Amino acid sequence: MAEISSLSEAVRDLIRDGDTVAFEGFTHLIPSAAALEAMRQGKRDLTLIRMTPDIIYDQFIGLGLTRGLVFAWGGNPGVGSLHRLRDAVENGWPKPIELDERSHSDMANAYAAGASGLPFAVFRGHLGDDLPKVNSRLKRVTCPFTGEVLAAVPATRPDVGVVHAQRADKRGNVLLWGIIGIQKEVVLASKRTIVTVEEIVDELQAPPNACVLPHFAVGAVCLEPHGAWPSYAQGFYKRDNGFYKAWDDIARERETFLAWMKRHVLATKNFAEYEASLKSAAKEVARA
Amino acid sequence: MPEPGYSADEIMTIAAARQLHNDTVCFVGIGMPSAAANLARLSHAPQVTLIYESGTIEAKPDVLPLSIADSELSETAMTVVSIPEMFRYWLQGGWIDVGFLGAAQIDRFANINTTVIGDYGKPKTRLPGAGGAPEIATSAKEIFVMLRMGQRAFMSKLDFVTSLGHGSGGNNRAEYGAQGRGPSRVITDLGILEPHPETRELELTSIHPGIAVDQVKAACGWPLKIAARMVETPLPTNLELSVLREFKARSEAAGTGRPQKVRAAQ
Repeated sequence: MAEISSLSEAVRDLIRDGDTVAFEGFTHLIPSAAALEAMRQGKRDLTLIRMTPDIIYDQFIGLGLTRGLVFAWGGNPGVGSLHRLRDAVENGWPKPIELDERSHSDMANAYAAGASGLPFAVFRGHLGDDLPKVNSRLKRVTCPFTGEVLAAVPATRPDVGVVHAQRADKRGNVLLWGIIGIQKEVVLASKRTIVTVEEIVDELQAPPNACVLPHFAVGAVCLEPHGAWPSYAQGFYKRDNGFYKAWDDIARERETFLAWMKRHVLATKNFAEYEASLKSAAKEVARA
Repeated sequence: MPEPGYSADEIMTIAAARQLHNDTVCFVGIGMPSAAANLARLSHAPQVTLIYESGTIEAKPDVLPLSIADSELSETAMTVVSIPEMFRYWLQGGWIDVGFLGAAQIDRFANINTTVIGDYGKPKTRLPGAGGAPEIATSAKEIFVMLRMGQRAFMSKLDFVTSLGHGSGGNNRAEYGAQGRGPSRVITDLGILEPHPETRELELTSIHPGIAVDQVKAACGWPLKIAARMVETPLPTNLELSVLREFKARSEAAGTGRPQKVRAAQ
């Protein structure tokens, strides 16, 4: 049953060390505020799940909070590499991470199986690619009706699912629109959930057929305006492509990454302070 | 020889755009394929249907999206569907004519690597990974691939097969149960390669103006065969060049143009 709470309490109560956590968002509605709060609270030994890990997963990995990564595409879209992810995989810094590598299709099906209460997903895929050679979870199953051999992957059932959305009402019903990605499936597949939102209103006013997460299927709902930045929330703000490009330089070297994380994330109390810290740093640069 | 009046990237993008038509339903990869697909839409194929795996169907971006899920796509799309719907109904369901992919590396049978260089467990270079490519490559009716030629991109053997092309050649692709006819065109900065009808080995079928065959061979990691019916790629027209340049200029002004150093690093 949904409970409106502060983000710091939700993260404290719902994410535990050693958990499997999916902070999802397909470029849109990435739960940055929630992820940074989990880093601030030093949640560790996490197995992170995400179809398209980007900056927040680079940060978890670079801080050494990550044990494993379930993913399909780990890069900075249109810019290049995730340097902290690469450093962990190529050099084991700050520690090695276990990869459970997938494709988008198989992760989408695995989440949908989790949301459907099924033990595994079946789809036509992994035909002639090498992923099954390096990932023993990718198996094959024969159709009992046609004999076709199809791909089978275990259902994804995260301990915690974390997403951002545009709107909630006071009962904790959630509405999202635009690129809805895998958000609904993550919430339904997870044992515990945190949803951060741009606004909390009296009446949801969802159009028919809208993507709604009903209050009884949601855990904590936290008001975090701008909480998906530097990704975007359609109808509220655009993707900050400039920050994605800037991240390339921030994360390239271990020292600059750690100094940046200490100053802006670990030394701030919440997302609003984090954004203020970045703004004051930008002013320093402009003055210099 | 006089300067051609266009860059290698420009003729590659233009040659790729020409492969798409008004009635094509195209599943678009990010980066160079997206630039080419939108050039087609903004020039000779205004009705082409562009689908991005983020769930946007019939997107009509005015500027080049930096990612496959920018608001530029969702706000201009006819409709937006969820990711499971995109992959299950639209891709696996068989509605895609052309899957248009980029690649870090490709081999002589058009298999693609975007996963690792070196050993998977201890890679020399970790690349971003598969994304949607493995199932795009085995579900769409045909596949176009777009990448720049070079010895480190056109490999005789890949360290990792991320997406199936024609496997080990001949009818190997069908033995895997893959749908569609697989990669039918590889569009590069030097020319266009297509699989031989029987062996499925890529051979040079179109060479860009001003490029020598030896230059193409030197940029290929296997002994590249030249098709008997090889033609010269028609010169970019003024219209193609101006539409492409205006699109790029709008994109750079909007902050979604690709940074120069990334371009150099690839």
